[in-house]
Amino acid sequence: MVRSAWRPAALVDRRPETATATTLVLQAQDWPGHLPGQHVDVRLTAEDGYQASRSYSIAAPTDGDRIEVTVQRLENGEVSPFLADDLAVDDEVELRGPLGGWFVWRPEQREPVLLVAGGSGIVPLMSMIRVRAGTSRAPFRLIYSVRSPADRIYAAELRRRSAEDGGLDVAWVHTRVAPENDPRPPGRLTPDDLAAHGWPPDFEPTVYVCGPTGFVESVAAMLLATGHDATRIRTERFGGA
Amino acid sequence: MTATYDGNMLAGPLSDVFAVEVTTATACCGGCGRNSTVAELAVYGPGPGLVARCPGCDDVLLRVTRTADSIWLDLAGMASLRLPAAGG
Repeated sequence: MVRSAWRPAALVDRRPETATATTLVLQAQDWPGHLPGQHVDVRLTAEDGYQASRSYSIAAPTDGDRIEVTVQRLENGEVSPFLADDLAVDDEVELRGPLGGWFVWRPEQREPVLLVAGGSGIVPLMSMIRVRAGTSRAPFRLIYSVRSPADRIYAAELRRRSAEDGGLDVAWVHTRVAPENDPRPPGRLTPDDLAAHGWPPDFEPTVYVCGPTGFVESVAAMLLATGHDATRIRTERFGGA
Repeated sequence: MTATYDGNMLAGPLSDVFAVEVTTATACCGGCGRNSTVAELAVYGPGPGLVARCPGCDDVLLRVTRTADSIWLDLAGMASLRLPAAGG
């Protein structure tokens, strides 16, 4: 028999982040702690026994038995609409994790870090930003691509942290609708955006790219073309366009 | 066809099979010889099973499927899988 690593977890709080993204705070038994960038698998079981599971990035640092995930509701999704809209406080799900050892940032890393997020790809990168505050002085730059200002997840906290967390810079790329005072016209992220807000390759940054598959492929290709070493580029794709 | 996920998401399904964290392991493609970190493989799924392909030549390197009483794991496309050993 293979072992089963699922553990029960109860919802203790939920916070809306945008019109379509919700943060869920779950309490699991005997949570061993996690690293920024790691994820959990969440499993739902219907009354008839049908099960479905999906992976969600952990959004916040280790805090006892509490785990925060931010769920983007996908219109035709099987799991995300239930988690985002219907799961109520005290309801139980099952968790497996913490998972993953590759798309991970450790506070003992000293090199500069570039984070590139597309949409809800911000979630594991936010975990890195939150852990960095108070544990590391590694310089961080975040480039966050969203469709419109209303789609920014963690917008207020990122504004506050870019002012208060020394060594953290935040740049926004709007693909469809830009704020009125933004000199950059709306459009997909370009090599110029990476050059303006990232690190030059000779600074030897570690780069974490997370977002829809097409976004990640495109950013990784731009980074390679400008001379970033493939071994310092870490990617995480969550499907979609 | 665009891959739906990448190898990072294999961490959970493969934790039922391997004693070590397998997404940091190195898979050598039996077709083109390319070495890839498992986390970087192109993954299609989730149903009826997960299929991981070489990012270089698209050959199938790994398939994992769960049925009611079994886990099926097919690594036939790999020349080798190098796992990080404790203390190594």
